[in-house]
Amino acid sequence: MRTDLLKLLLGSAAVLALSVVSPAQVTQFDEEQQLGMESHIGNLTGHANKAKENYRRYCLGCHGVSGDGEGENAPWLEPKPRNFTLAQFKCRSTPTGTLPTDEDLYDTVGRGITNSNMPAWFPLPAQERADLVAYVKHFSPKWKTEKSGAPIEVPAEPQVTPERIKAGQALFQKLECWKCHGVEGRANGVSADTLTDDQNRPIKPFNFHDSARFKCGTTNHDLYKIFMTGLDGTPMPSFADNVKPDEAWDLVFYLRTLQPMPSKERQIAKQLGLKPINPNAPAAPAPQAEAPSAQPAAPATPAAQPDATAPAAQPAEPASQPATPDGAAPKP
Amino acid sequence: MKTSYTSKVAGVLCAIVLVALAILFLGQKKVTAAAEGKITGTVKLDGQAPHQKPIDMSKEPSCAAIHKDKPVTTESVTAGANGGLANVVVYISEGLTGNEAVAAPSTPVEINQKGCQYLPHVVALDAGQHMKVVNSDQTSHNIHPQPTKNPEWNKSQPPGSAPFDVTWANPEVAVPVKCNIHPWMRGWVAVVKGPYAVSDESGAFSLSNVPPGNYTVTAWQETYGTQTQKVTVAAGKPASVSFTFKAK
Repeated sequence: MRTDLLKLLLGSAAVLALSVVSPAQVTQFDEEQQLGMESHIGNLTGHANKAKENYRRYCLGCHGVSGDGEGENAPWLEPKPRNFTLAQFKCRSTPTGTLPTDEDLYDTVGRGITNSNMPAWFPLPAQERADLVAYVKHFSPKWKTEKSGAPIEVPAEPQVTPERIKAGQALFQKLECWKCHGVEGRANGVSADTLTDDQNRPIKPFNFHDSARFKCGTTNHDLYKIFMTGLDGTPMPSFADNVKPDEAWDLVFYLRTLQPMPSKERQIAKQLGLKPINPNAPAAPAPQAEAPSAQPAAPATPAAQPDATAPAAQPAEPASQPATPDGAAPKP
Repeated sequence: MKTSYTSKVAGVLCAIVLVALAILFLGQKKVTAAAEGKITGTVKLDGQAPHQKPIDMSKEPSCAAIHKDKPVTTESVTAGANGGLANVVVYISEGLTGNEAVAAPSTPVEINQKGCQYLPHVVALDAGQHMKVVNSDQTSHNIHPQPTKNPEWNKSQPPGSAPFDVTWANPEVAVPVKCNIHPWMRGWVAVVKGPYAVSDESGAFSLSNVPPGNYTVTAWQETYGTQTQKVTVAAGKPASVSFTFKAK
């Protein structure tokens, strides 16, 4: 009887010991499970376990072995490589706070991220890029517990008209885009210097004069998505609650006028004699009514007295003066 | 002999299982029966609160004008009268069986952006409870919580725009909230399961709808972290508990 009791005790001790050892096995098991992660892009299916070698060869140097963005190159990069374990992504077609779709990640891998060290991996075959997307997803358990957000609806792009560009400028003023991006889109707004990302690292707003390409794509459609979904993990919020789908196109057209390359929007703005917005103007006036010229040299200082400079500046013919000093070939 | 021993063991095991089931059952019954229990108390600060720096809002003239007469300071420690410590979140961290958390309060909590500050500075709410985000200012804000257990989001709220509504799925004490446009703005959202309270100016708090039982109560302060205490709530008798944070 004694021995039976002893056996029972030993048995239960063994069971307990096993359950203590198991966590290591569980994580091992989890890793295996996670590598079963798939991605679905059109009729392509990506498999994480097939991307192991490509990840090691092309991605690991910056994004790190564990996908935490702490690869050996990371200390020298600005902006920092994405931390995949957080499952937070800038370029999405989905609302703020939701996971992107597989297509979103696939597009980012193929396109790269302008103004960063992330190159375009377009040269890799589509299947291998799809596999890499699955591998990116395998780093965070969120992809198992949460679903991707529903992509926002983008209505068909309307015709550019002078009215739309003016309406877009009014939105730029009302939404206070200029607080960070500056009145001329030169990334020199009053709040530009103090911006930080979600890791409390300094981050710069996009300078519309720097590049024809945006962080998340080059098309008007991409630009539309950027401000309607926000760039999660950065100071750029989503404006979806406050901008109607049709109005969003107005803003797209206006933002195009800020960029240096020749465009229809820029041409119309020139014909209109569009001047940069005045941040000191009262909240809801017609922007054309008193159009005081903001000094390009110090557009961000609200101290400038529009009243004092307006009489002198107004007679100048608006059409002959490009709104931006670096205007691309200001030929009439 | 041997069979009788195993049957004995089996009998004892059965009894244990039955008792356990009975306890579970009774426990559940207790919860649904009495929901009027209370835990009240105060949070004190032992020592001098750290200096709160004045905030320069000159970059946002519309907000600076509001605080023209009384400059705003940081709020990392909000000491009130008689050594009371305000803005401390008090909640039950252990001992709830889960049933009381099912019904989150139906009234929403509110966080208001006013004078380029978050009012209140600390908001507590139940997971699943609605939170109304209001902008009373003449300037745009972007409300940008930075949770670790909930999805991070970032929404713009221009002046005059309608309040919006959010819920939080997972308990998290506490989520920092910032506005990237006005870097001095800092607020906290504490997401808990079950009864919660935020201490007032005098440090007083009151947790209501606590069924009788044994609990661990946690107090969280943004600078000093957390403290816990064990409390027993008897039927029909409010329990009391006090916390003291040492000033650092």
